[in-house]
Amino acid sequence: MSTREWLLTEQPASRRQARLGQTYRTWLAFTHNRLAMVGLGIVLVLVVVAVLAPWLAPYDPIVGGSLRTERLLAPSWQHLMGTDDQARDILSRIIHGSRITLLVVALVAVIATPIGLLVGTTAGYYGGWVDTVLMRITDIFLAFPRLILALAFVAALGPGIENAIIAIAITSWPPYARLARAETLTIRTADHIDAIRLQGAHSARIIWGHVVPLCLSSVIVRVTLDMAGIILTAAGLGFLGLGAQPPQPEWGAMIAGGRRFILDHWWVATMPGLAIFVVSLGFNFLGDGLRDVLDPKAHK
Amino acid sequence: MTLLAVENLTVTFPSRQGPQSVVRNVSFTLGRERLGIVGESGSGKSQTGRALLGLTPTSGLATADRMEFDGIDLRAASPAQWRKLRGARMSMVMQDPKFSLNPVMTIGRQLAEAARRVASGSADARDRAVAMLEAVQIRDPARVMAAYPHELSGGMGQRAMIAMMLITEPDLLIADEPTSALDVTVQIEVLRILDDLVTSRGMGLIFISHDLQLVSSFCDRVLVMYAGRVVEELRAADLAQAQHPYTRGLMGCLPRIDGDQRPLPTLQRDEAWAR
Amino acid sequence: MPLIDISDLHVRFGPVHAVRGVTLAVNEGEAFGIVGESGSGKSTVLRAICGLAPTSAGTIRIDGQTLTAPRSPAFYRRAQMVFQDPYASLHPRHTVDKVLSEPLAIHGFSDREARVERALNDVGLGQGFRFRYPHQLSGGQRQRVAVARALILEPTILLLDEPTSALDASIQAEVLNLLDRLRSERGLTYVLVSHDLAVVAHMCERLIVMQHGQTVEELTRAELQSHRAAKDYTRNLLAASEGFTRAAP
Repeated sequence: MSTREWLLTEQPASRRQARLGQTYRTWLAFTHNRLAMVGLGIVLVLVVVAVLAPWLAPYDPIVGGSLRTERLLAPSWQHLMGTDDQARDILSRIIHGSRITLLVVALVAVIATPIGLLVGTTAGYYGGWVDTVLMRITDIFLAFPRLILALAFVAALGPGIENAIIAIAITSWPPYARLARAETLTIRTADHIDAIRLQGAHSARIIWGHVVPLCLSSVIVRVTLDMAGIILTAAGLGFLGLGAQPPQPEWGAMIAGGRRFILDHWWVATMPGLAIFVVSLGFNFLGDGLRDVLDPKAHK
Repeated sequence: MTLLAVENLTVTFPSRQGPQSVVRNVSFTLGRERLGIVGESGSGKSQTGRALLGLTPTSGLATADRMEFDGIDLRAASPAQWRKLRGARMSMVMQDPKFSLNPVMTIGRQLAEAARRVASGSADARDRAVAMLEAVQIRDPARVMAAYPHELSGGMGQRAMIAMMLITEPDLLIADEPTSALDVTVQIEVLRILDDLVTSRGMGLIFISHDLQLVSSFCDRVLVMYAGRVVEELRAADLAQAQHPYTRGLMGCLPRIDGDQRPLPTLQRDEAWAR
Repeated sequence: MPLIDISDLHVRFGPVHAVRGVTLAVNEGEAFGIVGESGSGKSTVLRAICGLAPTSAGTIRIDGQTLTAPRSPAFYRRAQMVFQDPYASLHPRHTVDKVLSEPLAIHGFSDREARVERALNDVGLGQGFRFRYPHQLSGGQRQRVAVARALILEPTILLLDEPTSALDASIQAEVLNLLDRLRSERGLTYVLVSHDLAVVAHMCERLIVMQHGQTVEELTRAELQSHRAAKDYTRNLLAASEGFTRAAP
């Protein structure tokens, strides 16, 4: 029996085989979507670049070359993306900057997704006053424009990439809470939830074991689609000087730095802009593909 | 007189294991009578009904050696011809009226719109709508005309749906489980309406159902389908003398109010039936 | 003393008065049927017994003890329910194994492996089905899993809410036979809700007919089989379930 047959069998013989088979089936469906595969490719490249940054980058991202001879050089074979006003190689800075981008994306996902899921499923499952209180809090967070709220947080906590991440995470969970609550409202009346209730399960077990797994896929899709916006918000904060601080090679801050020479030395601002564009697009493709595979409501 | 003639109707859907035929070589003719199509889920009975109206889902493919409705070759019908036929001369009643009625339009408007195809003016269309609602035993047609679909009970909704399908006075009505969502007492009333229409208007009726007992008590002839094929065709009155083991098994496994057979006989499926 | 004793039960959902004073008593080892059309409140009585619907007035006693809200863990080991729609009553992301072992984990059983294996054999599924997901099962197989789940805590009372009405006739016969066999093997007590008089007549010794949240009448199986119904409503139901009758021309 080939591995493929073992995975796709209708009669799995163990828990592991059942789970792997299910994962493989999802993967098969995912690979049918070409754009999603492109998106996955871009995201994987981002991860690889971030991990291998010190080995991939041809120059030092912080310390530049000779200020007299190597400032603001146009793209060439020595400097594929040119150099900036500090005589630093832009390619090397973008490669190192991918680490910051990945950190932002990963931390926001790790902080905001569980908060959103927990608040949303709890509110939806219990209903009544719990729902009212939790959702009004959510509404308060939703009422502020994200960038303004993040600005306020950063102003209070002080500029820096860590505070920017916290600010973004705090402002991005409310939509996930809304989504999870809406899903929970339809799930909680399902017979299988009644059935587990009749087995004597406590609310915590029902929420974590039965409701959350069903909300998870649509929230993951939403988070993935939001990643582009999160990267842009981080870049925006960097651009405004409230995110990553110089000389850290953050893409938004790099655009801000290149803004002054945009007419004479276009590459300084354009190259990090392209990086943001490609990565955002990659997350959007990936999110679309995940929605086709994971979200049962998107099926024909 | 033959209203509909079908020869070797086959409906095929693509799947991971290659094309799968859900209806295979189904042939029958229909006069102005009640024909029942009976089978369990997955037997292809609903897809047969849909193919007759050219409503096979776009992923599927329906082919036939012959498919003629009143002398019109349905296989070669253009979209324009289908539009003229569907609704006007051939209609379909579905299981759940909620999916077939427009939820944001009153019943009256939907009925009048359908009636416009045959009526001389909007006043005439309205009169026809009221008359049709009365014909399906709705006691208070004015109220129902002004109501939205969600304001009607299941039985009322199904009657409104039937009125909608019949207002154009079709020659052929395909009813796909028209009463399965209804309570038994309402179900009998709805069947009585259909029965009257067949008798008084000379309509042809194809009644698709899983309920062998109901079909045999209502229809003139019955086609029994299994795995996409017609395994037996017989007169409803002769159902007790059915020859095919599937038909007999299906009859035998039903519990009866006055029977006390324990355990109930179960259906032993035979691979050969599907061939 | 009856095992289940319901007196003057009322259930209200906001303005809707779904059950209006139902009284019934079910003896141990008996199968009791509740028949009615949609909206008659028959399922609500069942859901009130297990605490899924609120009791607005009246009492429900099991073994002489009035049930408390919320129900105690001991109650869930005493009574379990099988739902109508086997497609909705199993969690789509849980394997059969998970569905069956979770109640055992909740109630702290130690010999879970053996119990899951036995439960699958008892409902005629076998071990090949243990690690399948619901989408890999047919409707009848799913309903067998639902029965296995209900029985895994070894309850004495099984509440059956239209257990076969979503199934094909041939599958219905198999599930009814399974339920019949399990009852005689284990001495279970059934409360079966159905719109199908024939199913109730086959399964139950006694039954009530419900309409508009009230009891129309109570019958024994013998009375039902010989069509000795006192009320017109029951007689109409009986006539309708015989199929369509054409008036002689």
